[in-house]
Amino acid sequence: MSAWKKHEIFEKNSFVLLVGILVAVAVGGLVEIAPLFYLKSTIEKTEGMRPYTPLELAGRDIYIREGCYLCHSQMIRPMRDELERYGHFSLAAESMYDHPFQWGSKRTGPDLARVGGKYSDDWHVEHLVNPRSLVPASIMPGYPFLAENRVNARDIKAHLSANAIVGVPYTEEQIENAASDLLGQAMPDSDAAYDFEERWPSAKVRDFDGNPREVTEMDALVAYLQVLGTMVDFSIYDDAANAR
Amino acid sequence: MVVPSLAPCMDSKNWGAEMAQKKTGLVSLEEGGFAIFLVLLAFACIIIAGKTFDQVMAFHAGLGALLAAVSVFLIFKNYFDDGGEPIPAEIDGKPNYNMGPVKFGTIAAMFWGLAGFTVGLVIALQLAWPALNFDLPWTNFGRLRPLHTSAVIFAFGGNVLLATSMYVVQRTCRVRMPGKILPWFVILGYNVFILIAGTGYLLGVTQSKEYAEPEWYADLWLTIVWVMYLFLFLGTLWKRKEPHIYVANWFYLAFIVTIAMLHITNNLTIPVSIYSTKSYIVWSGVQDAMVQWWYGHNAVGFFLTAGFLAIMYYFIPKQADRPVYSYRLSIVHFWALIFIYIWAGPHHLHYTALPQWASTLGATFSIILWMPSWGGMINGLMTLSGAWDKLRTDPVLRMMVVSVAFYGMSTFEGPLMSLRSVNSLSHYTDWTIGHVHSGALGWVGYISFGAIYCLVPWLWNKRGLYSLKLVNWHFWLSTLGIVLYITAMWVSGIMQGLMWRAYDSLGFLEYSFVETVEAMHPFYIIRALGGALFVVGAVIMAYNLWMTVRHGEAEEADTTPVGSLAPAE
Repeated sequence: MSAWKKHEIFEKNSFVLLVGILVAVAVGGLVEIAPLFYLKSTIEKTEGMRPYTPLELAGRDIYIREGCYLCHSQMIRPMRDELERYGHFSLAAESMYDHPFQWGSKRTGPDLARVGGKYSDDWHVEHLVNPRSLVPASIMPGYPFLAENRVNARDIKAHLSANAIVGVPYTEEQIENAASDLLGQAMPDSDAAYDFEERWPSAKVRDFDGNPREVTEMDALVAYLQVLGTMVDFSIYDDAANAR
Repeated sequence: MVVPSLAPCMDSKNWGAEMAQKKTGLVSLEEGGFAIFLVLLAFACIIIAGKTFDQVMAFHAGLGALLAAVSVFLIFKNYFDDGGEPIPAEIDGKPNYNMGPVKFGTIAAMFWGLAGFTVGLVIALQLAWPALNFDLPWTNFGRLRPLHTSAVIFAFGGNVLLATSMYVVQRTCRVRMPGKILPWFVILGYNVFILIAGTGYLLGVTQSKEYAEPEWYADLWLTIVWVMYLFLFLGTLWKRKEPHIYVANWFYLAFIVTIAMLHITNNLTIPVSIYSTKSYIVWSGVQDAMVQWWYGHNAVGFFLTAGFLAIMYYFIPKQADRPVYSYRLSIVHFWALIFIYIWAGPHHLHYTALPQWASTLGATFSIILWMPSWGGMINGLMTLSGAWDKLRTDPVLRMMVVSVAFYGMSTFEGPLMSLRSVNSLSHYTDWTIGHVHSGALGWVGYISFGAIYCLVPWLWNKRGLYSLKLVNWHFWLSTLGIVLYITAMWVSGIMQGLMWRAYDSLGFLEYSFVETVEAMHPFYIIRALGGALFVVGAVIMAYNLWMTVRHGEAEEADTTPVGSLAPAE
């Protein structure tokens, strides 16, 4: 049959086969990915969203380093039980500064998209050091070493710069003072904290790990957990305007 | 050939009495090119190792410098040993196949397979008994889980794909693959990538994109290795003595090309500095999620499916001694499979902030995908027409046939789970884990085991495996393991999904989250037991292969080497 015979051109010419494959596999991705860069619902700006502070960013890097995303999602779906359990469904805008995204794919533990402010700092510290002291049936690993490691402030400026390159709107001032701000956010009443509040008016300054002697990885991780899902104020957020 | 050899043109020069005894050629362009590249790489690594404050970067750069230097030494040692003589492409009119890298890949696959399965068992036990995390950074679940997934997918599966593709493409083209250094660069370079990625995970280096966790420098290295792999594969096709490119090679080529496209797009990243292990992906939020699952699902589609279908298309006809069932079916299902698979990714993102049209489109294509998937399954199974009796006597063939059956089962379950209504229950639960493992243990695992069981006697010129009885044991133990694994995950996943959405008579959520965790405990133990059986099976396999290589009966000299397949018509 002639139609089948025509397939010979692919079978006898590796270059034609290569081009054929490339065309076949390029279409789907182009159709599905390209529109996401201009559709309103995927690039909306929402009031309250700000880049992570240096301390929160360091905490986020620890969250990634320890693979927290493997058991905790950060994406609340619009279903009754999830809204009641976790809060308002997640907006696209809420992960707009997440390079890469942390939506996750598995809930061995609960969703963390809105964990910020749900528990006290002390609870988080205790829970991270020994999860089963607070939740006896928990199967989460303990992370006691976070409280002992001083947070890495040396190249935090370069971390902010790299984020700025990929589109996170850090100001030059914020990048320039990243190292001081990293420590300032966890040292209330210090000069650095005062300067930090000038540059980051909506961020919280606290000694997150309850250890005033040094700024640890625990400070950073708890600062990150406590800001999750708190940037957008849903008491004034207009659901109808952003329906999806 | 990618790099033409200049060696023969210097033959006549006399370099003194000692050298005159050997025919001396100049270093070929290939050898010289790789040597210069590796020397530059070694220097770059030394500079980075010296200047970095990042301990992991210092370790990896140091390792890189060491391995690059050793490679340069080996290139020159090899050159002086054989005097720059080109290796004959044919001996006595028969192709002089290059099987060294295939042997290495086969051994590496078995090694990484054992390691990856064992780590999987460890993390399964950690979920049942969290004390096994030991509260240390290097042993916690979050760092070991990517080690497990990468070790089984990329280290085990990747080496199986590299080894079999090098074997199959040479055999079906009836030609030695090009290059002296190139094939070794590909197989060793790939394993160096595995080493860097794996040690990185344990030391906390990850970019947190599932199945694409290695950081920017490992990604960059893999890109180089992969482009070389593409050249090696195409180079063999270009030299082929057969007019037609055999169907298995279409699948291998689609796998190589598409993985390159996915890998590069998904890993576009800005390093904090060249002295830092950390980088930030250029995509963010919704766009990153879409790119990630476009990558993630097609890592399944092209790494774990297209590549292993290629194995099916060579090894099953070979072992069954029957031609491929339908040539036309293979054409239709090849093009349909690669065109449709690429759309399926967004079904991982139902009900998220991704626009609904995108995830629905993904689900639609997942349903359509059913047909080409089953087209492949039918083509594989029906190849046994007239040879079904061999299932009783040949446990290796049985393993491969059961693998195709698992392929059919998990490609039936997948479209089902991609439906919005089913996905709302299954997503975020263990059901997904069970589904992945029916594909990974059943399909990818078994077809790989079958291919390795075939390859080892062929490569080491043995008449057969050391013990078919042990293959039987391996088959039944691991089948029991897989069944325990999948059923435990079905129950725990569906149970947890239902518990999350259960309401009591007063309209409150019935269960707290931790109650759903508690309920899964028995199933986590059953799953770990299933995993343990699978590991035991793999240990039996490794022993069997070891005994085959060491003590197997040598193939008689006059038997003609296993030739290529009859045309698929």
